[in-house]
Amino acid sequence: MNNILVLPMILPVLVGVMLVFLRPYIRVQRVLSVLTMIASAAVAAYCLQHIHLNGIMRLDFGDWLPPHGILFVGDSFAMLLVLVACVVSSIILLYAFATTGIETEVMFFYPFFLFLVAGVNGSFLTGDLFNLFVCFEVMLLASYVLLTLGGRKTQLKEGITYVLINVLASWFFLLGIAYVYGVLGTLNMAHIAVRVAETGQGPLLTLIAIIFLIVFSLKAGLLLYFWLPGSYSAPPIAVAALFGALLTKVGIYALYRMFTLIFIHDPIIYKIIGVLAIVTMIAGCLGAIAYSDIRQIVSYNVIISVGFVLTGLAVATNTAFQGASYYLIHDMVSKALLFLLAGTVVYLTGRSKFNEISGLIRNYPLVGWLFFLTMLAVSGIPPFSGFIGKVYIGLGAIETGSYVLLAVSFLSGIGVLYSLLRIFLNSFWGETIISEDDQKPFQKKVGLPLVLLAILVVGLGIGAELLSPYIEDAANALTNPEQYIRAVMGDDLE
Amino acid sequence: METLITLLVGVLVAVGVYLLLSKEMLRIILGTAILSHAIHLLLLTMGGLKKGEVPLLTETAAEYTDALPQALILTAIVISFAVTAFLLVLSYRVYQESGLGLRGQEDE
Repeated sequence: MNNILVLPMILPVLVGVMLVFLRPYIRVQRVLSVLTMIASAAVAAYCLQHIHLNGIMRLDFGDWLPPHGILFVGDSFAMLLVLVACVVSSIILLYAFATTGIETEVMFFYPFFLFLVAGVNGSFLTGDLFNLFVCFEVMLLASYVLLTLGGRKTQLKEGITYVLINVLASWFFLLGIAYVYGVLGTLNMAHIAVRVAETGQGPLLTLIAIIFLIVFSLKAGLLLYFWLPGSYSAPPIAVAALFGALLTKVGIYALYRMFTLIFIHDPIIYKIIGVLAIVTMIAGCLGAIAYSDIRQIVSYNVIISVGFVLTGLAVATNTAFQGASYYLIHDMVSKALLFLLAGTVVYLTGRSKFNEISGLIRNYPLVGWLFFLTMLAVSGIPPFSGFIGKVYIGLGAIETGSYVLLAVSFLSGIGVLYSLLRIFLNSFWGETIISEDDQKPFQKKVGLPLVLLAILVVGLGIGAELLSPYIEDAANALTNPEQYIRAVMGDDLE
Repeated sequence: METLITLLVGVLVAVGVYLLLSKEMLRIILGTAILSHAIHLLLLTMGGLKKGEVPLLTETAAEYTDALPQALILTAIVISFAVTAFLLVLSYRVYQESGLGLRGQEDE
């Protein structure tokens, strides 16, 4: 029964390999890839319900019992993220059908898209530290290709920076793994957690924790985000949306896993994360306000939300974890929508600076109102999806008396609102500069994925009650690492 | 023996970082390759160098060498091989496309 846990990763890999051989048949590739994503989403939804009823799922590959073998562990937190990742990426695929040119599609666009999602899902589900590294690399290699596919000059230039920074991050990751293995002699995450608890988290282990903090901060864009705005604004729109929705979330997930399961005994780490989150949010706001390039502004919005989600980790209470789970889900959906809308505006007008565009709402009313809706959702205004997560993270911060974190994280919302409102006021309102004869036609197939994502944004806000049992499961598993450890190591704990 | 290898790792890291900080693309790529060799050696050393017999079940051996680090390194080598190959192709493409041999600067 637990075997289906592997499907969200293995399905995209297998179909991706198959699509490599179906290179000339673009239509077949499209249908197969979207079907795969929907199937993975269905499996994830089923698993989520199963976890809710029967507790955390575990799959030992080759029946090597932990701590000896590699394993997948599905708890609610991971499975929620898998589910949303699959749903969001299938909608982004719909957008990619309409906008990616045939010359890019034929260069194995869909296989790499699927490999990327496979890497992301694998990273969420794995219960082994080295396996996490491998899944990261699967995801990163696919992202290198997707970022540079098409070969425009900016793409290549940003590609070099992006690849190099990630090679370095992977190097630190291996360093951390080597140290963990040297000190504790195991790589199974639950087993590491047990041993850290037994030996106590001394200075050596705290050092290792900080190495992992550096690694995952690089991936998540927590403070070490300097590579992010460039490489997220270079690729084609659909790819940028995929990056914005998924890639940083994997880093955030890894941070949550590390510092709620393994290195939980030294409170100094949470203080460091809190400071990093504050600096990230402030710097992100400055960046979002400083630029006039729409795609840059949107990329800086990703950074702000990374800081915001990690205030939840810095606070580290059950309420804050609930808020963070809500917010992560919201962020995946709304960032995908925001990137797609920004890309659509740039595509339709052929310009990327918001002060060169005006009056778009008359030409493209749908895009305009969707942008307005997204702006409200991203800045956390009810009844949209960002609200509930913000409230819970705020409640968590009040519980622990972290008022500085609370103030900065809520003020960052104003930064988000201001940066997007500027785009809205300048580009959508004002005098119409494109006459009706000159305007590029807005195709229905471009509008459909945007509307679907917008429905999700509204649905997540209004239907938050439906999600709450799963969110509570996720937060409970994060607050009580014993649940995770018991699910992996059995009741006797060695 | 472990100390010696650790020192070697240190030397390799120093060389790798030096190359990584240079301006020429090819040197940077070589730097990443050397850095990854350093980390593979470190992984091997962390598991303990040869401590006993080959990890195959026999009646006489009292102690076995840990086989896990070698499995890890094998995976890591394959990955770093793929990434280095990709980087080389990418930098060649950049060179072709724009004549940029350096990071964002014109080639002299």
